[in-house]
Amino acid sequence: MDFTLTPEQLEIKDLAMKFAKNEMMPRAHEFDEKATMPMDILKKAWELGLVNTCIPSEYGGNSFSAIDSMIITEALAYGCMGMNTAIMANDLALLPIVIGGTDEQKKRFLTPFTESYKIAAFCLTEPANGSDAGGIKTLIKEDGDDLIISGNKMWITNAGYADLFVLYGTTDPTLKHKGITAVVIEKGTPGIELGKKEDKMGHRCSDTRAVTFNNVRIPKKNMLGGLNQGWKIAMKTLDHSRPMVAASAVGGATCAYDHSVKYAKERIQFNVPISSHQAIQFMIAEMALKIEAARLLVHKAAWLLDNHQPNTLLASYAKAFAADSCMQITTDAVQIYGGYGYSKEYPVEKLMRDAKLIQVYEGTSQIQRLVIAKEIFTR
Amino acid sequence: MNIFVCVKQVPDTETKIIPTADGSFIETNSIKWIMNPYDEYAVEQALLVQAANAGSTVTVLRVGSSKDTEALRTAMAMGADEAYLVEAQDNLDSYMIAKALKGAIAKSGKTPDLILSGKQAIDDDCLQVPQILATMLNMPSVSVVVNYEGSATDITVKREVEGGALEIYGVKLPALIACNKGINTPRYASLPGIMKAKKKPLTTLSLTDVGVSDADKRVKYSNFQLPPEKPPGKKFDATDAAKMASVVKEVVGLLRTEAKVL
Ligand SMILES: Cc1cc2nc3c(=O)[nH]c(=O)nc-3n(C[C@H](O)[C@H](O)[C@H](O)COP(=O)(O)OP(=O)(O)OC[C@H]3O[C@@H](n4cnc5c(N)ncnc54)[C@H](O)[C@@H]3O)c2cc1C
Ligand SMILES: Cc1cc2nc3c(=O)[nH]c(=O)nc-3n(C[C@H](O)[C@H](O)[C@H](O)COP(=O)(O)OP(=O)(O)OC[C@H]3O[C@@H](n4cnc5c(N)ncnc54)[C@H](O)[C@@H]3O)c2cc1C
Repeated sequence: MDFTLTPEQLEIKDLAMKFAKNEMMPRAHEFDEKATMPMDILKKAWELGLVNTCIPSEYGGNSFSAIDSMIITEALAYGCMGMNTAIMANDLALLPIVIGGTDEQKKRFLTPFTESYKIAAFCLTEPANGSDAGGIKTLIKEDGDDLIISGNKMWITNAGYADLFVLYGTTDPTLKHKGITAVVIEKGTPGIELGKKEDKMGHRCSDTRAVTFNNVRIPKKNMLGGLNQGWKIAMKTLDHSRPMVAASAVGGATCAYDHSVKYAKERIQFNVPISSHQAIQFMIAEMALKIEAARLLVHKAAWLLDNHQPNTLLASYAKAFAADSCMQITTDAVQIYGGYGYSKEYPVEKLMRDAKLIQVYEGTSQIQRLVIAKEIFTR
Repeated sequence: MNIFVCVKQVPDTETKIIPTADGSFIETNSIKWIMNPYDEYAVEQALLVQAANAGSTVTVLRVGSSKDTEALRTAMAMGADEAYLVEAQDNLDSYMIAKALKGAIAKSGKTPDLILSGKQAIDDDCLQVPQILATMLNMPSVSVVVNYEGSATDITVKREVEGGALEIYGVKLPALIACNKGINTPRYASLPGIMKAKKKPLTTLSLTDVGVSDADKRVKYSNFQLPPEKPPGKKFDATDAAKMASVVKEVVGLLRTEAKVL
């Protein structure tokens, strides 16, 4: 057992935190208000190597371990959960290529992402299928050397800016998960229709849209892992992406915690700093212990992945616990700030709005418990 | 050009400083070390000069404990080519540090064309290592530099003086330039930079290797203690106009006799 980060990981963390505090935090409020993508910040993050952490060095990436990418994600979410969503969505979209792509596909699709800042979108959810992802209806039909895709996707992060869409469809909806197929669709392919940008509660700077695929024709060489092989890829992707999303919850929660500790020392009520009141102390103690526990779950889920051991269960523990903790912690941060916490002039109300999404995307908190219970009762 | 940069590792600005029980130094176990912020400007300036003068090398030097090599690794991750660490306690006096730096430069086998440093270290705020080192090496030095221009042989630097005015110096290299905030915007060490830094040479030397001994000690630290707590501010009650005149008089008097700012 060893809980220490390597000197290199400490440096990675320092850099990512420095970036979060100097570049992201000061402008988080502005982009939340404007609800536009902070392209200059995202590009700068890419230049420093903080984006696309999943790309192996053979294809121009940095071959980060899963732990490394958790460290980076946690720090970036500390800076702004919304901006981090725009960054993390690239990994969610590229991971299926890393996991299920051939060498040729990886060169063709991943390498350009290491040469300039490009944006990817991951298209799984549909208007009528969110949690029940195995029941998706977007059709993938064979036509000679091509595939033809038709259907509606919903809540697609980065959609308005995407250079690449990684899409899950089905060759036959009655086959359920046995018919799921993953494909890569490049921007500009005829038939892609973008919906309007959603006006969201949180993560407002990230670009979320419905995307309609009207008989979009792509070559079969854009299919990942073969016909009807998509579900396996999707499940393996979740093993990596769920801990990452959990790491972002830890980052957001830590930000709320730091604000709370600082404010509690400064705010005087009843002639003493409110940090002297046990009620406040207990809330902050609860925050600290939940953050530590959540981070340990994230790191264990990532460690298992790095050591090629099954981590599905730990990934769900981490995702559920970190997301729920982040919601509680950001809510308490608003409580500690009192009336000021409710105002947009102070940072914590945004954190509370941002936290909510983490309980919803990449499998809701309920779905994580479903996965956990299934592991318990079918073992 | 052979460019050298002196960097110091200092406690993070958010660190709570605690003197050791015996008062001999401060507790170092719980400290998070960072590169002295002014030295980041020096590293950046070295990299800018290197980029403008093909074939130049940037060597970073540090005197201090080897428990954490954060400052040197950061400098190399930013782009410096190699590093020398002279292993020593973290509280040597300025003279010993300067002598150790001089020794490290000699050990590198390279003749310096330019030495850069921060104008001061934010831990002990002594503001003398650059000047002592330049004197030892018999080269000119300019400190508090906010602007740097020039070639591989002649440079023009601007330094800040009291009142915000600037002094402009033409300097022939080799010289030592101590940088202030404003001279440039230090780059971040990128992640690929951090990976590459692992493979760059870091040579460790002892004080003996660089010819420094206890006989070089000029300052003996007798006791480390926290500064006395600031007395609480004074409040004056001038809520009604009648009191105003006497309060103003009292405040002006105190500014003169107590605060001595008037
Ligand atoms: C801002 C944002 C960005 C997103 N980005 C992406 C993206 O980039 N790509 C993508 O593919 N998707 C994305 N999503 C979609 C997201 O993953 C889904 O919203 C999520 O999976 C939930 O699906 P749903 O919204 O259809 O809710 P539903 O599945 O309709 O769930 C509604 C409620 O029912 C509960 N529920 C459902 N089934 C069960 C069950 N069996 N047992 C108990 N409770 C259950 C859920 O937990 C939830 O509380 C994004 C969503 C948002 C809001
Ligand atoms: C939208 C809005 C509308 C409002 N409208 C009105 C209005 O119309 N009229 C009006 O007069 N006021 C109004 N208020 C003010 C509101 O009643 C106060 O915000 C509330 O009483 C809390 O005070 P505070 O914000 O100063 O927080 P603080 O008193 O500073 O409290 C900060 C935190 O410390 C805790 N705390 C404080 N003291 C103790 C203690 N002794 N022990 C344990 N914990 C403690 C609090 O519970 C809170 O979590 C409004 C506030 C908002 C946000």
